Amino acid sequence: MGMKRRSLLAAAAGLAFAGAARAARPEPQALTPALVDAAKKEGKVAWYTADDLVLATRVSKAFEAKYGLTVQLERSGAERIYQRIAQEYASNISAVDVATTSDVGHTVSWNANDWLQPFIPAEVAQWPDHAIGSDGLYIVDKFTMVTPGYNSRLVKADDAPKSWNDLLDPKWKGKLVKAHPGYSGAITNATLALSRTLGWEFFEKLAKQGVLQVQSATDPPMRTAQGERAVMADGAENTSLRLVGEGAPLVLIYPPEGVPAVAVGSVLMKKAPNPNAARLFMHYLVSQECQDLNVANGARSFNPGVKEPANWVPLGRIKLLFNEPGDLARQAEAVKQQYSKIFGV
Amino acid sequence: MSLALSSGTRIRRFDPSLVPLALAGLFLAMLVLLPLGWLLAYTLSDEAGRPSWTNLMQLADPSLFWEPFVTTFGIALGVAALACAIAVPLAWLVARTDVPGRRLLRGLVMVSFITPPFIGAVAWVLLAAPNSGLLNQYYRWITGAGAFDSLFNIFSTTGIIFVMGSYAFPYVFVLVANTLDRLPYDLEEASAILGGGRWHTFRRVTLPMVLPALLAGFLIAFLQAMTQFGTPAILALPAGFHVLTTKIWSLFQFPPKTHLAAACAMPLLLVTILLLRAEKLLLGRRGYTMVGGKSGTPRLTPLGLWRWPALLLALFILFSTVLLPNLVLIRSSMLRSIADPWTWQTITWANVPLVFGLTNTLDALRNTLVTGVAAATLGSVFAVLIAYLTARKAVPGHQVLGFLATAPVAIPGIVLGVALFIAYTRPPFQLYGTLWILLLAFLTIEMPPAYQQMQAAFRGLNPELEEASRILGAGRLTSLAKVVAPLLKTSVAATWCFIFIGAIRELSATILLTTSQTKLVSVLIYDLNESGALGGIAVLGLVLMAVTAVVVVIANRVANVGVVTQGR
Repeated sequence: MGMKRRSLLAAAAGLAFAGAARAARPEPQALTPALVDAAKKEGKVAWYTADDLVLATRVSKAFEAKYGLTVQLERSGAERIYQRIAQEYASNISAVDVATTSDVGHTVSWNANDWLQPFIPAEVAQWPDHAIGSDGLYIVDKFTMVTPGYNSRLVKADDAPKSWNDLLDPKWKGKLVKAHPGYSGAITNATLALSRTLGWEFFEKLAKQGVLQVQSATDPPMRTAQGERAVMADGAENTSLRLVGEGAPLVLIYPPEGVPAVAVGSVLMKKAPNPNAARLFMHYLVSQECQDLNVANGARSFNPGVKEPANWVPLGRIKLLFNEPGDLARQAEAVKQQYSKIFGV
Repeated sequence: MSLALSSGTRIRRFDPSLVPLALAGLFLAMLVLLPLGWLLAYTLSDEAGRPSWTNLMQLADPSLFWEPFVTTFGIALGVAALACAIAVPLAWLVARTDVPGRRLLRGLVMVSFITPPFIGAVAWVLLAAPNSGLLNQYYRWITGAGAFDSLFNIFSTTGIIFVMGSYAFPYVFVLVANTLDRLPYDLEEASAILGGGRWHTFRRVTLPMVLPALLAGFLIAFLQAMTQFGTPAILALPAGFHVLTTKIWSLFQFPPKTHLAAACAMPLLLVTILLLRAEKLLLGRRGYTMVGGKSGTPRLTPLGLWRWPALLLALFILFSTVLLPNLVLIRSSMLRSIADPWTWQTITWANVPLVFGLTNTLDALRNTLVTGVAAATLGSVFAVLIAYLTARKAVPGHQVLGFLATAPVAIPGIVLGVALFIAYTRPPFQLYGTLWILLLAFLTIEMPPAYQQMQAAFRGLNPELEEASRILGAGRLTSLAKVVAPLLKTSVAATWCFIFIGAIRELSATILLTTSQTKLVSVLIYDLNESGALGGIAVLGLVLMAVTAVVVVIANRVANVGVVTQGR
């Protein structure tokens, strides 16, 4: 499995997340006792993250327990975090140390504003190359997908949708829940990928199904597990897998048309108020401990040493749809506007 | 000053305590005029700062402005009507009949008053979401209806009207009940003696006297509904439509369209001003002063056998609008997934560490308390000073002060949020990112009710006492602190609580003004809602309400007086 999975990952990601420009890439940095000491003197790290709230809380707690620093956790949707950082920087407030986004297109414009400090923790040097963003501007410390799914108490497996287009069946009218690209980076990824694969007609028809429009990609799995809606039109795979692990009656669908992949990238800010704590935290995000924590909470990992639970659908059986960071950066705005026009909010 | 020193007669006349009073006036002027000036400037200019009409022209776009505007207007009318329909019968029962448990009923209304509407909105999602909502589950269980049948759908216009009405009716209730408490009963009696039947007396005597309070209440409920952000954000967006406040908020998504947001805010401002003018016109013709004040002991209408059904009805109304949402919050706070049944196996404390594991949470609680207490304290002091200046005509231009203190009533929270954001993200006042900007927002928003409460209190105070103090050599400030303040402490405490609760309930201005470092509980709850963490919201909401209740009780203990209502 080990070799096979590694090569699959490499093949998958090769198409994908990383623009391969290696030229300006900085040297990987080792985690030194001096860094830990300097970080401890700063005492805290401000982490703005689009991760699942439960996962982000667990990662923060584990980091605090390990190093005795406080994590100031700001959890919101990737697109909201993007907005918040822009708003804060425009007012000369530099509060954020490390930002984690599920729309790596953000790294392009952050870099254009010269807000990023390229940084590669030594741990990542063992990973496939694609885990490192172009020029070492960001680290793909986890990745996930956007999938449909259904509540197995409300829908029989035979009746369940199998593909994206099955969601357009009139029998699902009023029974769908869906997240929003204006809030969620994962859904921005998915909307861009699916609008290319299926065309905007897919979304126009979906809008006529009367979806319950929530914000975060982590919300549809919860609403579906609660039985508020029978089927989720899109949801974060990581939250879904976490809920399934906790026994929620949730079944995921990996449509044959393709499943949008979501690279979750973390960046070190150039104006980080706690530069050492920020670097230590970047090291922690890719540490074995944190990677195990990610997988225990449903997120997939590039780290070849991490084992996925047996009940997960292996990557090799999923047709993944990728977005280039540059495409995301260029098209996200238009995608969100088109979406709002179609769905009304 | 040099002029004053040069002449012996002037030195005695000049009261140095006028200086801080005048400064208070200037501060008030800045508080209101600076943001509004910027708002106007932004509306009438483009991104490059050149004068331009394009922002206003864009309002013609139906999906940007007209559709949300019409929706908002309809919802606000519905809320105002519903709030009156709930509040008036309750107020009449409590103030004018011998229905049992009148204190309890008043107390329950106050619980609704301290509940922030956005927490209520989440509670109603838990109760009446079409499939997972508890009430719909019970409905299916009782009637045997199909798996997707539902009795209520909270994600709808009617759902929003119901939820907003549930949290707006206390304002109407307090106004109407207080009027009914003070109604001169002899007038009704006179009508009866002169042969007027019950209906006739009600129509020709009672109703005209209550009408101003009712109209004022209707207007407050309408304005609240029109300008609220939290409830529509939680209930309308999932249903797939915008109201004006959520639309304005969406304009702040990256890249922010601040100029367009300013233009969208203008009509809200205009409508509010027009409505307040209309109220003045309507009431201008009906300026009934209740001559003779309170006449004799209030005579209550005996309900006879109807007492108990009346009590049941009142309890039912309060149960469904006040108690039920709080009960479901308690239930959900102890469940990992809100879909779980409530059994020994499913009860968990997991939501508590989830919420308090966020470093934000304790900071947000502290920020909320600090800004709330500071706003309440400073706001009360200001309200006393300004009300004193206008009531005693102490400085030239006191009418302007009165106007300025009332003017913010016409500024909806989200509009103020936009205006403050523009005004205080640039020199000379770079306050965005600090708690100061939130304090300014609270002070501005709460100034009108605080000022009006204090002004009414001053009207009931004979100036002789202060004059005596001043004849004995005290300055204006000393007399104010030593003589007037103690006499007014009931009103001051009520004003304090009013501002504090207002600050806790506020989400429409704060949503634009907080940063990650200056988060408030209200905004944190909104964030949690966007992540779907309903159990966490339940925990945080209950904590917030408990803290609010404790602070209000302490404030009243300190002042050694009764609750906010000032009623019996």
